[in-house]
Amino acid sequence: MSRNAAANPFAPEDRAAAPPLRDPAALPRLGWTLAALTVLWPLLQLARFDPAALFESGNLAAMGHFVGGFLPPETSPEFLALLGKATLETLAMATAGIALAVLLAVPLGLTLTRSLSVSRLGPGRGGWVGQVLRSLARGLLAVLRGVPELVWALLFVRVFGLGAAAGVLALGITYGGMLGKVYGEILESSDDRPTRSLLEAGSGRLAALFYGLLPNAARELVSYTVYRWECAVRASVVMGFVGAGGLGQLMDQSMKMLNGGEAATILATFLVLVLAADGLSESLRRRMA
Amino acid sequence: MGFSLDAVGFTHANGYRALQGIDLRVAPGERLALIGASGAGKTTLLRVLAASLRPDEGRVRLLDADPWAGSPRALRALRARIGLVHQAAPIPPRQRVVTAVLAGRLGQWPLWKSLASLVVPADPEGARRELARLDLAERLFERCDRLSGGQLQRVGLARVLYQRPDLLLADEPVSAMDPALSELTVALLNEEASRRGVTLVASLHAVELALRHFPRVVGVKDGRILFDLPAAAVSDAQLRELYAAEGGRPGLAASTAESPLRAGELPLRCA
Repeated sequence: MSRNAAANPFAPEDRAAAPPLRDPAALPRLGWTLAALTVLWPLLQLARFDPAALFESGNLAAMGHFVGGFLPPETSPEFLALLGKATLETLAMATAGIALAVLLAVPLGLTLTRSLSVSRLGPGRGGWVGQVLRSLARGLLAVLRGVPELVWALLFVRVFGLGAAAGVLALGITYGGMLGKVYGEILESSDDRPTRSLLEAGSGRLAALFYGLLPNAARELVSYTVYRWECAVRASVVMGFVGAGGLGQLMDQSMKMLNGGEAATILATFLVLVLAADGLSESLRRRMA
Repeated sequence: MGFSLDAVGFTHANGYRALQGIDLRVAPGERLALIGASGAGKTTLLRVLAASLRPDEGRVRLLDADPWAGSPRALRALRARIGLVHQAAPIPPRQRVVTAVLAGRLGQWPLWKSLASLVVPADPEGARRELARLDLAERLFERCDRLSGGQLQRVGLARVLYQRPDLLLADEPVSAMDPALSELTVALLNEEASRRGVTLVASLHAVELALRHFPRVVGVKDGRILFDLPAAAVSDAQLRELYAAEGGRPGLAASTAESPLRAGELPLRCA
């Protein structure tokens, strides 16, 4: 509700009383920008970030030698057959991992979403229950994604042995944490008025979610999920190094045997997968537009 | 049925006192218009009546119930019986008109029915009937972002009509419509309320519309009720006071562009 905001244009004598035209937000903004820079600079120093080193001649030659070892890419039929099998395994691992992650993320993300909180409408009873639940969910999500998938994978390899199962579980847990957090944030930042008005008309929370929030948020949710699937495909490399199967394990073997050509073909496969994920995301977004 | 407010006050989180000392008793089936300058507290008052804002002071009884004394379940059931037409229809742009209208009954339908209705609309005939009364029947399966502002406002109205509430509230329901359509729409709201015998409260910028269509008119100024009279008894002097600029106070400029008013040239609408 706007109230008494603008001076009456028909009453010029009011202008004298109007506040000066300096933006009251200007000073804090400048301050925060300076503060961010003062924090960032020592951090860069600490990280020994020195872009000039990239272009020193010795370093360039070393990198060139490393990259040169990847050429030409390996294209023998036996290797391609192996690659095909590993690609399928990776895709299966990423997809199953993301499916598990979504299962974890949806309830946790919905718990985080304040616009679905009925008690927020009017300070009714039990508002603190919701707050405690939200804090718990937030903490759980932080634990899930705070531990890197590699560590989860190392843990689960000890349970399930080498293979994709450990990778699926590790991906599902870490990515569940990430998806849940971002789902909650996407839902919170979408327009909450439709949901609010439905809740105010006595609708249940889930119905309000489907009728009020999802029509606006679905596109963002889908494209973030597809992007995470793409990340999962890439993450499976790292996990392959700890024996969780798929392209990563193949990559690990090739690197250990110093077979740069095979590694190059695997990298090319990754590129194709990433492009495919991008295309999938784009077409899904267009369909839902 | 009907409702009553006793000494109701509401202060926003930022310390702004939107309502103070509101006493209002409305019998079942009464129809009243709220008028007043923007920022006077009409929307806040309607939200208190919709059981969506809990006042800090005073007592509220809506449809023979105290909304804030019962269980959350009882509050939800009460909210399902109250319909509020919003000034800006709170409808996601990508939603289809049929879904937006059927959403009016989410408070009455079980969850499975609400979800199934997203796949196959549960009652397209019912939605079409309400839209037809607002001359929008042919837009049933269109997306809401294809509609004009006035059409969207009517879809929001159709949703509340479809809800069939026992207490019908409307916050500037015709602010995006042209004068002729405003006239028809306000008449339709009144006709619906009298036909079903439900209580109607509508806030209107267009004073003349309020005086012509509503038996009882309540003037709200600075969060208080300035007058509460039968429409015929509202005088020009009272209207002038209602919309008079509150100049003179430093740092608090007047907010009304409506003044000065004379009976013959009341603004029909002011969006």
